[in-house]
Amino acid sequence: MTMPHPHLVAVLAGLLAILLVASVIGYVLQRRLSPDGSNAVVENLNDRIRAWWVMIVLMGLALLGGRIGVTLLFAFCSFAALREFITLTNTRRADHWALALGFFVVLPLQYYLIWISWYGLYSIFIPVYAFLLMPIAAALRGDTDRFLVRIAEVQWALMICVFCTSHVPALLNLDIPGYEGRNVLLIVFLVVVVQISDVLQYVWGKLLGRTKIAPSLSPSKTVEGFVGGALSAIAIGALLSGMTPFSPLQAAFLALVIVLMGFFGGLVMSAIKRERGVKDWGHLIAGHGGFLDRLDSVVFSAPIFFHLVRYGWSTT
Amino acid sequence: MRSAGTSLSRALILLLARFLTAVRARWDGAPPTTEQRIYYANHASHGDFVLVLAVLPRRPRSAARPVAGSDYWLKSGVRRFIGRDVFNAVLIDRDRVSRTNDPIAQMTDALDAGFSLIVFPEGTRNSTEAPILPFKSGLFHLAKARPSIGLVPVWIDNLNRVMPKGEFVPIPLICTVTFGTALHIAATEAKREFLARTEAALLALSPKASPP
Repeated sequence: MTMPHPHLVAVLAGLLAILLVASVIGYVLQRRLSPDGSNAVVENLNDRIRAWWVMIVLMGLALLGGRIGVTLLFAFCSFAALREFITLTNTRRADHWALALGFFVVLPLQYYLIWISWYGLYSIFIPVYAFLLMPIAAALRGDTDRFLVRIAEVQWALMICVFCTSHVPALLNLDIPGYEGRNVLLIVFLVVVVQISDVLQYVWGKLLGRTKIAPSLSPSKTVEGFVGGALSAIAIGALLSGMTPFSPLQAAFLALVIVLMGFFGGLVMSAIKRERGVKDWGHLIAGHGGFLDRLDSVVFSAPIFFHLVRYGWSTT
Repeated sequence: MRSAGTSLSRALILLLARFLTAVRARWDGAPPTTEQRIYYANHASHGDFVLVLAVLPRRPRSAARPVAGSDYWLKSGVRRFIGRDVFNAVLIDRDRVSRTNDPIAQMTDALDAGFSLIVFPEGTRNSTEAPILPFKSGLFHLAKARPSIGLVPVWIDNLNRVMPKGEFVPIPLICTVTFGTALHIAATEAKREFLARTEAALLALSPKASPP
C-alpha cells in the first residue's frame, strides 16, 4: 500500500476533530437537558453523533484502503440500501428470480465493471440491460397481477440503490491531468459536501427554522435550515478546493449542484417513504434510520457530480 | 457436547441469516428472559427457527431447541446435520398413522431437561394468503402437560418473502421478530378456547394487525 495522500490525512483528522467537538457538545447537552434520557431531541442527537463515529471511521478506513476499500464499501452500501428498498415494495413470489438476479448478479457485476473501469458498459448496464432483462425474468413466471408496478419498482430500486450509488467509487476511474493518484479526494469532496450540508441543514433548522419547505413530505425541512445549510456547505466546498482539481469558484459551483441534488433527492425519497407509510427506511444506523436515510442525498448527487467532472476535467 | 464443526456451522448459519435479513427483535410484551419458555411462532419458511434463535440473547438462545418435522430434516445428510447436529432440533414424526414416537412426550422430555422450545403450532409452512393457518392441537396438549411454563407468541415478519416455499435462493429483505407477553393455560380451559386465544395473541403481533 502506498502512503495516503497528506490531504486525505488532513481531512480525516479534521473530521475526527469536528466529531470530538460534537461529542463534547452532545455530552454537555445531555448533562444539562436530559440527565435521565427524557429529552428526545438530545438523545437522538447523541445517537446520531455516535453513529457518525462509526460511519466516519469506516469511510476513513475504506479511503485509506484505496480502490478496493472504496469499491467494497459502496458495494455493501448498495446491498444494504437495495435490501431496505425491496422490503418496502409490492414484489410477489413471481418476482423471486428477478430479485435474485438483481441482488446476486446485477449488483456484483455493476461493481465489477466499475472495478475494471469499463465506462462504456457500467454507465448503461442497469439503464439498458437490466431494464430489459429483469421484466423478462418476471414475465416468464406468468403472474400478471400489478405487473407494471412490480417491474417498475424493481428497476427504480436498482437505479437508485445500485446504479447511482456506484457512481461514488466510479470517481476513481476519472483521468484528470495533473491529478493522478488523488481521485479518492474527489470522493471525500462529494461525501463531505453532501453530509455537511445535511448536518448543517439539521443544525440551522433546529436553531432558527420557522418556515416549512415541504410540510407534506418532510415536516422537519425548513427554508432557514436549507438556506443556512446550503450556504455553509458551499463555503466549505470552496475551502476544500485545494485538494480538488477545481478553482475555488468551480468548487463552489459543484458544491451548489451537489447540495441542490442532495436536497431534492432527500425530498423524493421522503415522498416514497410517505407513500409506504414509514418514517425511516430501516433501523441499522441508530438515530438516522436505515442506510438509505443516510445515503439518499449522496445517491442523487453522485451521478451528476461524476458526469460534470468527467465532462469538464477528465480525459477519459 | 458440541464439536467445533457444529458450533462453527451454527455461528455461520446465524451470521448468514443476519446478513440476509438484518433481523431485529421487538420485545412487545416483556424484556427477554432466561426463564424457560415455549416460543410459538408463525411458520412460513424452513429458516423460521434460525431467525428466532438469531435474535434471542446468548443465554436463552443456547437453552432453546427448535421442534421440527423429521420427514423434512432427516431426508438428506446435509439436512440431518443442520437440523439434528447443528441446531439440536427435537425432530418429531408428523405422520399420525405410522409414527412410533409420541411428539408430546419428546417435547416434554426436552422441557424436563431444562430446554426452552421453539414450536410452530400451524404444523406446516403457510403458503396461503391467510396470515396464519388454524393451529393443530399439539400446542394445547403440550401446554396441558407442562402448564407452568410460559407460552410466548412470536411473530416472524417478512421471512416468507425471503424464501417462499419451493424456492431455494433467498432474497435479502429486512425481517423483524416480535415477541409478545407470555401466557399460560387456565386449569379448566377447553382445547378450542385455548387454541383461539393463542392464535389471537400471535395475530395481534403481526404488523398488519396494528398499522404503524
